[in-house]
Amino acid sequence: MRLGEKLRTARDLLFGDSTRTFGSLSVVLVLLLAIVPAKDHFREWLRYQKEYQSLIRNRSDAVSLARRFQGGVQQTWLPELGIADRCSTCHVGLKEASLAGATKQPFRPHPPIPHSPTEFGCVMCHRGQGAATTVEEAHRSANASEQPILPAHYIESSCGQCHERAITGTPQLNSGRAMLARYGCVRCHKVTSPEGFTMTATDDPPSLEHIAAKTTREWIFAWIRNPQAYAVTATMPNFQLSDEDARDISAFLVSQSTPYVSGADRKMPAVPAQDDTAALQSGSSVYGEAFCASCHAMQNAAGLMVGGNVGPELTRVGSKVNSEWLADWLRNPSAYDADTAMPHYRFEEKDIGLVMGFLGSKTDPDFLSGVHLGAATPAQVAHGRVLINERGCAACHEINGIAHADNFAPELTAVGSLTLGKIVFAPGIAHTLPDYISAKIRKPRSFGNALKMPQFTLSDMQVDALVTALLAQTNRAKTLPAALRIPAALPSTYKPAGLAGRLMNDLRCFSCHMVDGRGGDMAPELTWEGSSVQRSWLVNFLKNPNTLRPALIRRMPKFNLTDVEAGVLADYIMTAWQTPAFDSDQIDASKLSAADASHGRELYYAKYGCNSCHILDPKNDKGYIGPTLTAVGLRLNAAWIFHWLKNAQALRPGSLELNWNMNDDDARAITAFLMQQKTEPKEGAAK
Amino acid sequence: MRRPFAIAAFVSIGLVAGGCRRGPPSGPSPGPSAPSPTGFGAAIVDISGEKQAAGAGAPLDQPVIAQVNDKQGKAVAGALVQFSGSGGVRFDPPAGLTGTDGQVSTVARLGGEAGVYSLVATTRDKSGKPLQAMFAEVALDYQQTLGRELGEKYCSRCHNAESSAERVSNHDNLSVPPHAFSDGATLNRISHANLIAIISHGGAALGKSPEMPPYSPTLAASDIEALAAYVRAVADPPYRPQGVFNANQ
Repeated sequence: MRLGEKLRTARDLLFGDSTRTFGSLSVVLVLLLAIVPAKDHFREWLRYQKEYQSLIRNRSDAVSLARRFQGGVQQTWLPELGIADRCSTCHVGLKEASLAGATKQPFRPHPPIPHSPTEFGCVMCHRGQGAATTVEEAHRSANASEQPILPAHYIESSCGQCHERAITGTPQLNSGRAMLARYGCVRCHKVTSPEGFTMTATDDPPSLEHIAAKTTREWIFAWIRNPQAYAVTATMPNFQLSDEDARDISAFLVSQSTPYVSGADRKMPAVPAQDDTAALQSGSSVYGEAFCASCHAMQNAAGLMVGGNVGPELTRVGSKVNSEWLADWLRNPSAYDADTAMPHYRFEEKDIGLVMGFLGSKTDPDFLSGVHLGAATPAQVAHGRVLINERGCAACHEINGIAHADNFAPELTAVGSLTLGKIVFAPGIAHTLPDYISAKIRKPRSFGNALKMPQFTLSDMQVDALVTALLAQTNRAKTLPAALRIPAALPSTYKPAGLAGRLMNDLRCFSCHMVDGRGGDMAPELTWEGSSVQRSWLVNFLKNPNTLRPALIRRMPKFNLTDVEAGVLADYIMTAWQTPAFDSDQIDASKLSAADASHGRELYYAKYGCNSCHILDPKNDKGYIGPTLTAVGLRLNAAWIFHWLKNAQALRPGSLELNWNMNDDDARAITAFLMQQKTEPKEGAAK
Repeated sequence: MRRPFAIAAFVSIGLVAGGCRRGPPSGPSPGPSAPSPTGFGAAIVDISGEKQAAGAGAPLDQPVIAQVNDKQGKAVAGALVQFSGSGGVRFDPPAGLTGTDGQVSTVARLGGEAGVYSLVATTRDKSGKPLQAMFAEVALDYQQTLGRELGEKYCSRCHNAESSAERVSNHDNLSVPPHAFSDGATLNRISHANLIAIISHGGAALGKSPEMPPYSPTLAASDIEALAAYVRAVADPPYRPQGVFNANQ
């Protein structure tokens, strides 16, 4: 009742007669007209702009800051890139380097980067919704078809949209991309560059076609149950198999294995007994002198992992391989695995026996102690075959009778553009794309036990790096103007032919050395080695490699090459691996003057401080970085030294030697001085 | 005519409140599941993990470790230490009880913006008074990250006296020992222009040791700027550039 009365009174008050009605409607109209300016007045960005103006007011550079300040909505419009960013409407001081001390957002200036925001906009790197003019919409859009802003921790991924080649300033992206290849992610997941090249893996999963010759079914069982229990550094992930599944897979793998044809004679070398400590010690020496540790890691007594990661870890290898297989493998690895990175060492049979004794002592009795498998039944073998197809083992390994699993897992070419609406989040994961990818890598099975993706053992840093590399795979990358893209280097097809080419393949030179874009980075690049060295030195070095650098832990192993083999390699290298920049006979070393040489000595020590990195006089010099130069006159070509001194970076880009930009006179004098250095190292002195 | 004003006032209050609501979220609060302490100390000190540099949002290489001591300086076990930090720093674990050595260790992940972060380890004495230890850490921006990468390749063999299993330091081989990049006491006194000049033209050109070679033109000017930016970022004591005067501060 009372409410009705009140309403009636109110109606009479406002609309009682035509004057009142006119007055009330006018007020309503004025209010309606006031809504737009009022809304405008309370805009978030206007508040920030006012705050900015009061922030700069008391600074000594207030006048110049105020002069550059532009009010109103600001926009960077780049139609070619599909960018219309209004971020600088609130981020007012973005280009003001003098505000570097400001800690309050949105007023911090942008930290220095190589690109200008006016050329690339903001969302190119930061993603989010650039056209929005409120913080919520721009940064945290939860719209199913949109992406929120990218957490700064993954910002390097945006560099990767254009830079398909590794750049120095993006270590996280570089390491993530290397891991996609190194951990074999791209064996199951296809990742294609905007140019259409598919990323290839750099790991080396072995062929399983002759696995029964190499190891036992028990070892296979234990390994596939948990690879990291055998080798901490194993890159094979854990497939979280049940005992039954592992039993059946091991049964199938052994049953499909075929004998392999070994080239060497099958007589076993004399292997020392496991209690012969002196012989084991000699085996350890052979292992050390052959520089096996350059590629293979082994846990030492202190529990530290020592060695490289090219080949498998050998901490428990004695519990794995059959000795007949090991003898054959050490004689010539490519007889078993044609694609292995391991060189054909020309070991003497005696040394093979010693290494076998040493490796045989690297056992872990606990590793196989709990494994008891009965004889494999046909049902187990059949089930094993089904499992191997289901799990995609053949995406990485060659297996008899199993077709290579192509595109086994979802393609990840545009995973960085996945919108939130397309993602099914597992419980407990923040609803962002980086968090989703991260959770997928960290614990794939948290998205469902039926998922096939295995469990990898990765550190937080490694997961972050992988997420960064995957976030670089965006649709935007594909639509960018081609002029902006820096494509990855194409895989080199360099393959030396003939007798020398076959020898290089046999010795796996390119596992460590890079030539013409092909090969590893463990040892020096050799593309222009023929212009660099003297033939006599090269022949000696191939036969008996001595380390050139005093503090180097790895050095080239001795392959026991014959004179003929060393000669064939040297001839090829001296002829084919020549730089087009100069001719090797450009400088006649015999005509370099003694006066030049003594001037060169002064320059060497006083002007250029070469002795801070190189040892030339072993008594007084101590530099540990560059090669020792005591016998450089016997090793290097004079024209090479001359041009190296002028600009080493032009001859070997990325070398630690500087581009000295040296004038011809200085370079000639130091060349004369260095060509005089012909003190042969004493046998065994340089180690 | 008073009512329309009241409505307008309501509308404006609503709009202002709506605007205010979108301010930055408040800092992290200690986790609800912090264990209850069994011991109380009289002091807390930083043991290790200070002055590290990492990428923005990245975990620090080394754990941050704080120790709780009693009045005599002896380690206290079972004291509750809570870690907190500005600007979105996360800790794993965010709180813990000290072990028998009186120490708590945590892995810190810096916030998403480059700059200096202060991490705080807090414990309470018997009366409930908070005791704090501070750790300053640096999150590197792009330029500083580039500087760190270049420094690792070109500079650290001489400027870092520590040898690793993979790499022997050349520091002790030089007649004039190079300064560590973190040696703020010395390097902060070198002006920006001089620092760039030494890296670019080498020691000899500036009357210093010729053992420092000239890195121009091996490195581009922008690379040398990046190296200088990294040197400034890791300086200890921190580098304070001569900047703009601000009457507010």
